[in-house]
Amino acid sequence: MIRTEEMLLNVGPQHPSTHGVFRIVIKIDGETIVEAKPVVGYLHRGTEKLAEDLEYTQIIPYTDRMDYLSAMTNNYVICHAVETMMGLALPERAEYLRVIVMELGRIASHLVWFGTYLLDIGAMSPFLYAFREREVIINLLNEISGGRLTFNYMRIGGVKWDAPEGWIDKVREFIPYMREQLSGYHDLVSGNEIFTTRVKGVGTYTKEDALSYSLSGANLRCTGVKWDLRKDEPYSIYDRFDFDVPVQQKGDAWSRYRCRMGEIEESLKILEQAVEQFPEGDFAKRPRVIKPPKGETYVRIESPRGEIGCYIASEGKKEPYRLKFRRPSFYNLQILPQLLKGANMANLVAILGAIDIVLGEVDG
Amino acid sequence: MHELLMSPPSWLHALIFFVAGAVLLAIVLGFVTYAILADRKVIGYMQLRIGPNRVGGRFGLLQTVADVLKLLMKEDTIPEKADKSLYVIAPAIAFIPAFAVLAVIPFSAHLQFADIGVGLLYYMSVSGITTIGILTGSWASNNKYALIGGMRAVAQMISYEIPLVMSVIGIILMTGSLNLVDIVMEQQQLAFFIMQPLGFIIFIISGIAELSRTPFDLPEAESELVAGYHTEYSGFRWAFFMLSEYVYMFGMAALTTVLFLGGWLPIPGLGFIPGVIWFSLKFMLVVFFLVWLRATFPRLRADQLMEFAWKVLLPAALANIFITAILKELI
Repeated sequence: MIRTEEMLLNVGPQHPSTHGVFRIVIKIDGETIVEAKPVVGYLHRGTEKLAEDLEYTQIIPYTDRMDYLSAMTNNYVICHAVETMMGLALPERAEYLRVIVMELGRIASHLVWFGTYLLDIGAMSPFLYAFREREVIINLLNEISGGRLTFNYMRIGGVKWDAPEGWIDKVREFIPYMREQLSGYHDLVSGNEIFTTRVKGVGTYTKEDALSYSLSGANLRCTGVKWDLRKDEPYSIYDRFDFDVPVQQKGDAWSRYRCRMGEIEESLKILEQAVEQFPEGDFAKRPRVIKPPKGETYVRIESPRGEIGCYIASEGKKEPYRLKFRRPSFYNLQILPQLLKGANMANLVAILGAIDIVLGEVDG
Repeated sequence: MHELLMSPPSWLHALIFFVAGAVLLAIVLGFVTYAILADRKVIGYMQLRIGPNRVGGRFGLLQTVADVLKLLMKEDTIPEKADKSLYVIAPAIAFIPAFAVLAVIPFSAHLQFADIGVGLLYYMSVSGITTIGILTGSWASNNKYALIGGMRAVAQMISYEIPLVMSVIGIILMTGSLNLVDIVMEQQQLAFFIMQPLGFIIFIISGIAELSRTPFDLPEAESELVAGYHTEYSGFRWAFFMLSEYVYMFGMAALTTVLFLGGWLPIPGLGFIPGVIWFSLKFMLVVFFLVWLRATFPRLRADQLMEFAWKVLLPAALANIFITAILKELI
């Protein structure tokens, strides 16, 4: 009789596939994971506490650093919360600019996910192809906001800069280009036998699990729940656009992959319509004094990673009394120990990667 | 060469063997240097990058040299909790067979170091020794990632050696010899990759798995295991592991050329081009194929990899032997 024992393996925080400084301690029996304990907090910067001493406009750059892959949606959620409290109405052009940059950001974020996920699975090239397309988006956003990653673009009451001349045309040109590249991705990756066998049936959970863990975004939609805040609780001007919400039924990593790739296509549809309808006018109507009335507000929007929420408790001052973000990556991550239990060691990165976490957001 | 081996030993012979060995080593190292560069360059272009382009002119011709020199000069670190003697000896165990196998490869009709009767068998069995080096290294590092990587490497190499050997039995049946020169001469009419298509496919697949290259690069799956069996290795010891990997790539591509692509034999009508050039052309084609795969494919999972070896490749290889035997009997 051979004596066997469980092995305690520490993965991270400096591990190539934990997408940042995420640490997970796993107990493995041979190649099977018996127990997994995520350890978060290595990137905690206390955004929420810091915000209590900052004026609302000063908080915006901090939100850039939460979900740094789609900083535009974070910008939006704080502005949206304050605007809701103050009952501000935005100029049309500002709304359109915001939607365009957010959807561009959504595509860029999904591209990074696509690339890094394939890198986790072991394919190197798709990562670089995805970054080529992302670079186009980043350049577009750079042109309009002056930043490549942390844009600090939105302001309460509108946006910081108007679109430079010819910018909208560049976005218009980008749409067919991205469609073409996307079909290239499907040729290279989606039909690859090795890839599909790696992800099909991996990290499966049910609709009930997803709902009880409060998952959102593609992590929820992969189980068949058709829930997208852009459709179900339209904010900004999303009710004007005609787009679908990609839904899959199986709840495995493959479904999540299909959902996200579908979302890129839908974002392109939104962009197409937004560019067509793009109005003239002011790009901002910024209030002179930003002092939301006393009270509380919670707003939520659909970020690439799920439902990002912003709760503000105001005392009627320039600074919030309390600010809280519902950070989708953090919530989505909670299901990880359950998914890893009993999984094969080699599936660890495939499962973790499919959740699509951004550590800046997990740790706040 | 045969006469030399048969004649009584003398100092002159020792000198000849030493020089010949050194020349072969220089050729192989020269190749490995540029194979690494080609690997990086080709993958670079496939991935929209340029690859090395600073050291040694526009094409980075001296990049690998610079890298190796850097590795040579690095501090020699051995983990405190490692099994020191095993840790030191493991890269050598992995490295030596990689060079030893090259002795039997016929690069042209005359250029061959050792023309032994069981050349093919020699290659297969000597290359198996490397596995021991890898396991030793992974065990001696006293690192969990290295251990898992080493275990995977060993499981993979043992599993894939069987279909690899089985796939060439068809050729042995048709040739009636294990001698690599005989095998090449048998292909004068038709190369074996046409006569043995199934065997060729199985050989290529299991060959790639033996080399632990994408899509079978599990032992060093960096996204899961950091660096696999050589996680703790650095500096020149690490270079030894990497070199042996590339030398095996050289060996496997050369073996594929000899077994299936007709070795140094020219395409009919182009006989005026010397054999060595034909050999290197075919050989580079195989190397390019390996690099191409690496740029395209994701990685298999450990259990899928095993299943594939035992449930798909092995039966297919057996079927290939069976079909070949029947055809040989009929024709």
